[in-house]
Amino acid sequence: MTNWIIWLLPLPPLLAFFAIILFTNKNKALSHGIAVAAAGLSWLGSMVVFIKAVGTEEFGKHVFESAINWLPTGATWLQIGVRVDPLTAVVLFFVAWTVLAIFVYSIGYNNFGQPKGDHDLAGLQPHGATVNENGHTHIVPSIEPMYARFFAFISLFAFGMFTLVVSNNLLTLFVGWEIMGLCSYLLIGFWYGKKSARDAAIKAFMTTRIGDVFMLLGIAFVYSFTGSLSFKDIFQPQMLQALASTPAFLGLSAAGIIGLLLFIGTVGKSAQWPLHVWLPDAMEGPTPVSAMIHAATMVSAGVYMAIRIYPLLSLDAHTMTVVAFIGSFTALFAATIAVAQNDIKKVLAYSTISQLGFMIAALGVHAYVAAAFHLVTHAFFKALLFLDSGSVIHGMEHGVLHTGEHVDAQDMFNMGGLRKKMPITFWTFLIGGMALSGFPVLTAGFWSKDAIFAEAFGSGHLLVFIVLALAAFLTAFYTMRQITLTFFGEGRTKAAEHASETTWTMTLPLVVLAVFAVGVGWVGMPAWFTGGLVPDWFHEFVGGTLSQVPEAVAFNWIPVATSLVVALGGLLCGWLAYRKVTAPAEDRLQIPLLKNKYYFDEIYAFLFVRPAIWIAEKFTSLYMDQVVIDGILHSLARFSLFLGHAFRNYFDKPVINEFIADGTGKAIKASGSGLRKIQAGRIQYYMVVSIVILVVFAFIYYFLKLGM
Amino acid sequence: MSIPLSWYLVLAAALFCVGLYGVLSRKNAIAILLGVELMLNAVNINLVAFWRYQNPTQMAGQAFAVIVFAVAAAEVAVGLALIISVYRRRKTIVADEIDLMKW
Repeated sequence: MTNWIIWLLPLPPLLAFFAIILFTNKNKALSHGIAVAAAGLSWLGSMVVFIKAVGTEEFGKHVFESAINWLPTGATWLQIGVRVDPLTAVVLFFVAWTVLAIFVYSIGYNNFGQPKGDHDLAGLQPHGATVNENGHTHIVPSIEPMYARFFAFISLFAFGMFTLVVSNNLLTLFVGWEIMGLCSYLLIGFWYGKKSARDAAIKAFMTTRIGDVFMLLGIAFVYSFTGSLSFKDIFQPQMLQALASTPAFLGLSAAGIIGLLLFIGTVGKSAQWPLHVWLPDAMEGPTPVSAMIHAATMVSAGVYMAIRIYPLLSLDAHTMTVVAFIGSFTALFAATIAVAQNDIKKVLAYSTISQLGFMIAALGVHAYVAAAFHLVTHAFFKALLFLDSGSVIHGMEHGVLHTGEHVDAQDMFNMGGLRKKMPITFWTFLIGGMALSGFPVLTAGFWSKDAIFAEAFGSGHLLVFIVLALAAFLTAFYTMRQITLTFFGEGRTKAAEHASETTWTMTLPLVVLAVFAVGVGWVGMPAWFTGGLVPDWFHEFVGGTLSQVPEAVAFNWIPVATSLVVALGGLLCGWLAYRKVTAPAEDRLQIPLLKNKYYFDEIYAFLFVRPAIWIAEKFTSLYMDQVVIDGILHSLARFSLFLGHAFRNYFDKPVINEFIADGTGKAIKASGSGLRKIQAGRIQYYMVVSIVILVVFAFIYYFLKLGM
Repeated sequence: MSIPLSWYLVLAAALFCVGLYGVLSRKNAIAILLGVELMLNAVNINLVAFWRYQNPTQMAGQAFAVIVFAVAAAEVAVGLALIISVYRRRKTIVADEIDLMKW
């Protein structure tokens, strides 16, 4: 029964996708109705599965798993199937909630119920509509022109995410992974009329593709080595033993190489350095929703996969070093960039990269449970923050339309004082921001970050610990900067003064997610805080995924104190530094190096993009295409032409035309003009001819008769 | 019955040849018509001779001969009428000159 539900989990969004694009795309209300209903069904199924999973004793040993034979591969079958183990269950929990939240939020975000825009075009943002009310006209937000298409895309996205989460094998996981990649491309380029959106879509697709190719190589390697792609088979102790003891190359074991290849997939999907460049640009999509997909849900898939393959990944110490290095480096690196960004969404985008780095780093120091815990808490509070930022932008756009002022609705320096205009958004943003900064005890982020610190410190990875602590300090700092600039002080533009709270379809998901941003942390309180009265449920539950539950690290006051100091210190510094700042010029952290993201885009443009374009223009186009390919085509054409001429001149003209066609005519004409001479018109001449013929035939007849 | 059948046949053949020669060699259309009459009569001799020698009990030979007479008479009537008509228009009854139907 449960297995049936798991099999059917990804299905409703897929059906919704087809229903919307094929049938209901003209009807906006029906389209979002179908999409939300589908998300609701998947949510319901996920909750049933989750509750059953939580209710099962020692669930890690009695997972829900079922598989079917799919592809015959010689004597054996390639099996695909579904599996829900403790890790999957918690991921399913947050995916179901966030997906449902996005769907509901999208209704409000795309201005459902608003009038059609005056000059709106498909492929461009809605620009507002003029309405006449009580005798005076004013401009209000207008409905998204491609409303139904948006819901179709996010439905397909949800299908990909659910497929990925419930897969019991790398193949269907990869399928879901790629479907999300496609949806990411479609949603980033949703406003395809904007060049920046088109470029960002291509950039995201190409960058993640690099990771995907390596991941596919890893999958192929696993398959050639183990003959199976299902996690159960790969993670068998004997199989892991064999993988770890087989040397491959570069001094790494087979497990190390496979782990590294699969991890590169994660680096691409979860936007880790050096493949992080696509994520900030992905903010070109419809403001909060695709941002959230790209920041809270889809990128989590990369970390989820890394956590999923942890038994394999952890076999090789070198691979784990790489993982820990990339994770911690990205965490700090992205946090420094986030400090200098002015676009409300860009800050969150870099924050996401940084937080994903925390998870990767945690995984790299064998903090399996802490990584999973931070994955879950981060998904909730980052989803919340992104939806909040969308709400802020929406409120600002309302103000921009109302006042007619031409300001960037996403620049935080144009905001200020929004706490009074948008109270729900403010309070939920505050909760999300506190969770992100790791505000002590209350918020979820504190507990998950604290778990990472404790593990990093306890396992002796001091360098990782210090780097992450620095990153956490910066996280708190830029979060407070963001909150201060956006919500405190007075409105710095007329648009900010006229911003208004968004509709209930947008604020309801915010409130729900805010509850989780606080509450989710409580399930993973460590024993030292609760005094052992309540067991660390999350640790016990998710730890049960592994063959043996990892030991909880012993209590040490250093990581806890560090965690408290960096969170509170960062928040305080952020508040002090920005409480009076009103313009970018007064912001002393607008350093060009940080502002330009360490020039990574420029470096990549110089190293990869421009050479690629140069090769395309100078070599592929001029030489390969115009000389070689065209040469072959032209010589083929010339040969055909020659053949055609030969046939025409030596066959068609003399044989067909001269001989058969004209020849027949001529022969008939000649015989006619020959024969007409006997038509003399003289009766006696005819008679002579008749007689002669008669006599001739009589003779012939006579002799034939004799002959017989 | 002292005269054998072959004599009659020879006579008929001779008469036929005379008629044929007349038809082919004479220029005058009336002479050609006369030749045709001779050939018809040659046929009549054959018909009557065969009847008398081969199958005297039946009337078929005689009946054919009578039909040929009738046809010959009608033919002469029509032929002469045609010749007169041609003569009135073209002032000639030379067969070679009546060649309007040629190519």
